[in-house]
Amino acid sequence: MRALAPYLQALPLALVFATFFLVPVSLVVVVSFFDYQTYQVLIPDFVFFNYVDVFTSNVTYRTYLNTLKFCLLTWAITLILGFTIAYFLAFEIRSVPLQIFCFLLCTIPFWTSNVIRMIAWIPFLGRNGLVNETLLAWGVIDAPIDWLLYSDFTVVLGYVHLYTLFMIVPIFNSMLRIDPALLEAARDQGASAFQVLTNVVIPLAKPGIAIGSIFVVAIVMGDFVTVNVLGGGQIASVGKTIATELSYLQFPPAAANAVVLLGVTILMILALIRIVDIRKEL
Amino acid sequence: MTLAADLELIKLTKRYGPTLAVHAIDLKVKAGTYCCLLGPSGCGKTSTLRMIAGHEAVSAGDIVLGDKQIDGLPPARRKTAMMFQSYALFPHLSCIDNVAFSLKMQGLSRSRRHERAAALLALVHMEDLADRLPHQLSGGQQQRVALARALITEPSILLLDEPLSALDPFLRVRMRDELKRLQMELGITFIHVTHSQEEALALADLIVVMRDGVIDQAGAPRDVYNRPTTPFVARFIGGHNVLTARVVGTDARNLELEDDNGRRFRVLGTDRPLGSLVSFAVRADHLELDHVRTLQVAVGDGATPTDERMNTVEGTVTSVQYQGSHVEVRLVAEGTETLLVSLPEGRFFAAPFAVGTTARLSFATDEAHILAA
Repeated sequence: MRALAPYLQALPLALVFATFFLVPVSLVVVVSFFDYQTYQVLIPDFVFFNYVDVFTSNVTYRTYLNTLKFCLLTWAITLILGFTIAYFLAFEIRSVPLQIFCFLLCTIPFWTSNVIRMIAWIPFLGRNGLVNETLLAWGVIDAPIDWLLYSDFTVVLGYVHLYTLFMIVPIFNSMLRIDPALLEAARDQGASAFQVLTNVVIPLAKPGIAIGSIFVVAIVMGDFVTVNVLGGGQIASVGKTIATELSYLQFPPAAANAVVLLGVTILMILALIRIVDIRKEL
Repeated sequence: MTLAADLELIKLTKRYGPTLAVHAIDLKVKAGTYCCLLGPSGCGKTSTLRMIAGHEAVSAGDIVLGDKQIDGLPPARRKTAMMFQSYALFPHLSCIDNVAFSLKMQGLSRSRRHERAAALLALVHMEDLADRLPHQLSGGQQQRVALARALITEPSILLLDEPLSALDPFLRVRMRDELKRLQMELGITFIHVTHSQEEALALADLIVVMRDGVIDQAGAPRDVYNRPTTPFVARFIGGHNVLTARVVGTDARNLELEDDNGRRFRVLGTDRPLGSLVSFAVRADHLELDHVRTLQVAVGDGATPTDERMNTVEGTVTSVQYQGSHVEVRLVAEGTETLLVSLPEGRFFAAPFAVGTTARLSFATDEAHILAA
């Protein structure tokens, strides 16, 4: 009985993982080897052509490239923004109540739904939106700027808006653990402000940076809503390809695409973990 | 190594908003001095140290090192180095990289900085653990690394912020020797902040006792211990009893005093007007202690207290603490603070005092030491 206790304690979480994670993912893997026809959505089989289709199609590579581009841009921007904001919160604001207040300010966007926050950009950035109207009125431009809405720019803007907090939180958490005496010690040892940043703050905030990066990378790689709403139907992403296939009831190819996407994302996260030992943070 | 240099603080002041942490202190520390800033927490000793280090802006006054005014310079250009209370070792760097940090900031090549850092680690006997990370070291070892890191910048002054407070008592005493040895070897000034009077007495060439942002007394340990200037110093340095009484008469070399409870004292001193209140200190180990009963018997034998030991206070014994070489007896008497008498072990056990009994302490005229008001 005593030997069983730890297993029993782990059982509830294990069940939740099995039911909501392992089983669905296994089903997706299984279905990715199924056959399909126009009027028969799922034909149990063990065929590889879903994967062959994925890997031989030019569209796949272009879509992945596009998604990776979004991912990289979003990652870079949220990292710089998140790091700066976290640094300000952790080291520039001395009083704890003010720190908590400012931190809560950062979370305000999360008080409403993702989709609403995305849609809110449309009247702001559209051809007849606030930005264009204002610029026209000021005479800065003669014709409305088209690329403000339904473009790569808008999609990245949406991602940054939505996911910067996922970068702030873990980095802020790492930075709070840095003893301020370390920064003084570095200055005492002759480090310039920039050297303090590169030799002390960044190395010690690395676990937070890694965790924030994992959040952002994983979310952006799998996203299709933002691309759909802010990309205006013209922009491709892997998530959107899968969504389209699903809407045509092409479940096996969608499943194959999903498995490939999962693989790519896992590889990216493994690479991140190789760079930084995040166990220190946990 | 770097030339040692004299340090001078001139009207040095630190304000935090409306509160005055350090109030216009003047201090001269000769090159190569082991100086202890001693005081209770909040007395301004750490603020003073941090101003010298350059980690705290000076509100008013000057800091002069050698022939250069240094307040205004960034910490690294002051020829000072600081050892932090928590040691502040970089947790992501090995010992040798911690020690070599300042050389890396200067842009020295890896091999050259490791060569220098290894020499410093050898100085503090840590060469065998050069590749360990700080969290793999004991507190004492971390301190040695922190010392090496501070010394690699070849400072004229090493500033130590409560360096021994994080260590266990046994190690603390050993590290004292180590600090003193290093200071002698390097010949530079150490400024060591502590709240332990024992530590200050053991280490310092110059003790600076601070209270509420001002310096109460600065002097050699023996001077401070034997001639505390204020009641605060006498109490803080320990081993002293402070008594207060009013001047009722004077002669050529003595003051005649009487306290509110009618006790009369004769102590060495002049220059106090009749009727003024005078505080004086007597060392606990200079006191005689007698059983009141035995004394009465002794009086019967015709042996009265000599004139020299005419100063007496009678009180009730409240605690007896055996300390090995001596025994500390505490008494309460009406109108005084708790009185401490330190008796050699042999003397105490020849005629032990029990808690609750009445005893009389006495001291000679020249064993009392008049304090500033």
